[in-house]
Amino acid sequence: MSFQVIMGQLAGGLVKSIEIFALTLIFSLPLGLLVSFGRMGKNRVIRSLVWFYISVMRGTPLMLQLLAVYFGPYYIWGMKLGRAWRFMAIIIAFSVNYAAYFAEIYRSGIESMPPGQYEAARILGYSKTSTFFRIIFPQVVKRILPSVTNEVITLVKDTSLAFSLAYAEMFTIAKQIAAKETSFMPFLAAALFYYVFNAIVAFLMERIESALNYYT
Amino acid sequence: MAILEMNHIKKSFDSLEVIQDISLKVEQGEVLSIIGPSGSGKSTLLRCATFLETIDAGEIRYLDERVAWVEPDGTRQYPKKDQLRKVCSCFGLVFQSFNLFPHYSVLKNIVDPMVHNQKRNKTEAVNEAMELLGRMGLKDKADAYPCQLSGGQSQRVAIARALALNPKILFFDEPTSALDPELTGEVLKVIRSLADLHIAMVIVTHEMSFAKEISDHIIFMDKGVVEVEGSAQDVFEADHERMQAFLGKLAH
Repeated sequence: MSFQVIMGQLAGGLVKSIEIFALTLIFSLPLGLLVSFGRMGKNRVIRSLVWFYISVMRGTPLMLQLLAVYFGPYYIWGMKLGRAWRFMAIIIAFSVNYAAYFAEIYRSGIESMPPGQYEAARILGYSKTSTFFRIIFPQVVKRILPSVTNEVITLVKDTSLAFSLAYAEMFTIAKQIAAKETSFMPFLAAALFYYVFNAIVAFLMERIESALNYYT
Repeated sequence: MAILEMNHIKKSFDSLEVIQDISLKVEQGEVLSIIGPSGSGKSTLLRCATFLETIDAGEIRYLDERVAWVEPDGTRQYPKKDQLRKVCSCFGLVFQSFNLFPHYSVLKNIVDPMVHNQKRNKTEAVNEAMELLGRMGLKDKADAYPCQLSGGQSQRVAIARALALNPKILFFDEPTSALDPELTGEVLKVIRSLADLHIAMVIVTHEMSFAKEISDHIIFMDKGVVEVEGSAQDVFEADHERMQAFLGKLAH
């Protein structure tokens, strides 16, 4: 198999990796905010439930969580596990896992906001919702961006864990070609793809960071 | 008409009684200064008046209407959402640490509450904000961000932001304590100009000569109690040992 064919097949897998990456971010970023509200909220029951959820997400391997989400419905309800479900299970597992990490990042950002911002907003007549979305959240975004960048970069590499469900993303394909050709080359090519993918992610995040540098 | 009346206010943090039965009254256009050593409860009193803290006893009246009080059985009665907004719109508060919104430009700091909370017309709000900035001597800073301002400029923006909402009474919580003497001067000048506009003001301050000059009424507080009160002259000349000791220390 020529180098070009290998690269072509990997590129196909890369598209799937990007799909996992993008969908995970789309779901986990808002979900994480919701989770952080539960974590900081007044309701003690919700607070402890959310605390437990976060501790499980952070305390067990993501690969195991992927298997649990995928096979869970079969063992519990005897559900037939199709192709479509496999992709959904991957997105659910990734989103729910990353939401836990993002929730803690949001929480650290929100709790670092000086109380004076809330007080000024209240005196100036902002409602609670407006205070959060107009005054607090934009500043939180700036504060947490470096931590979010870290997670996003980790996510790029974590998409490779979908190989545990034999989903045809880039790493799975690299592994298949490597086994068939008994060559390490496909892995090197995959590494290069991941590296470039992350370089682009890092570049974009830096752009966002510097766009928010107009104030301190 | 009394703009603000606080009657028999008490406030404790845990077991520490920060305010012990304080009453005060501010009439339209009147300037009241509250002086006293740190930890005497001055700022807490302002925070109670602006609902940033809840009271443990007593009542707060705005424009002759009782808006917050504590029942004899200890239950607090505070206005609900809509009424609270109405009540809050009649006062403004200027903080020691300014609390400008750093992600908004100077102009937006002033205009956003006008447009978003008071539903005023945007162009009108911008014009009024620019005029206020002019009065503060900050017209050229409209597009600057708070991080580009000096402390004195920040505080003047904060005053403009409070004024833009047309409050009946303006509270100042040690407005110059974070500023060096030079910057203090420019902020005091602005506050002085407000007194001429006949806006009622309550000022917690350590600037004694300023308080003496600007106030219609002065309260000296110590350990949560009003020790001396009266006209500026009466208070500064009062034969009160604790207060004279406090004033004496400031003079040296």
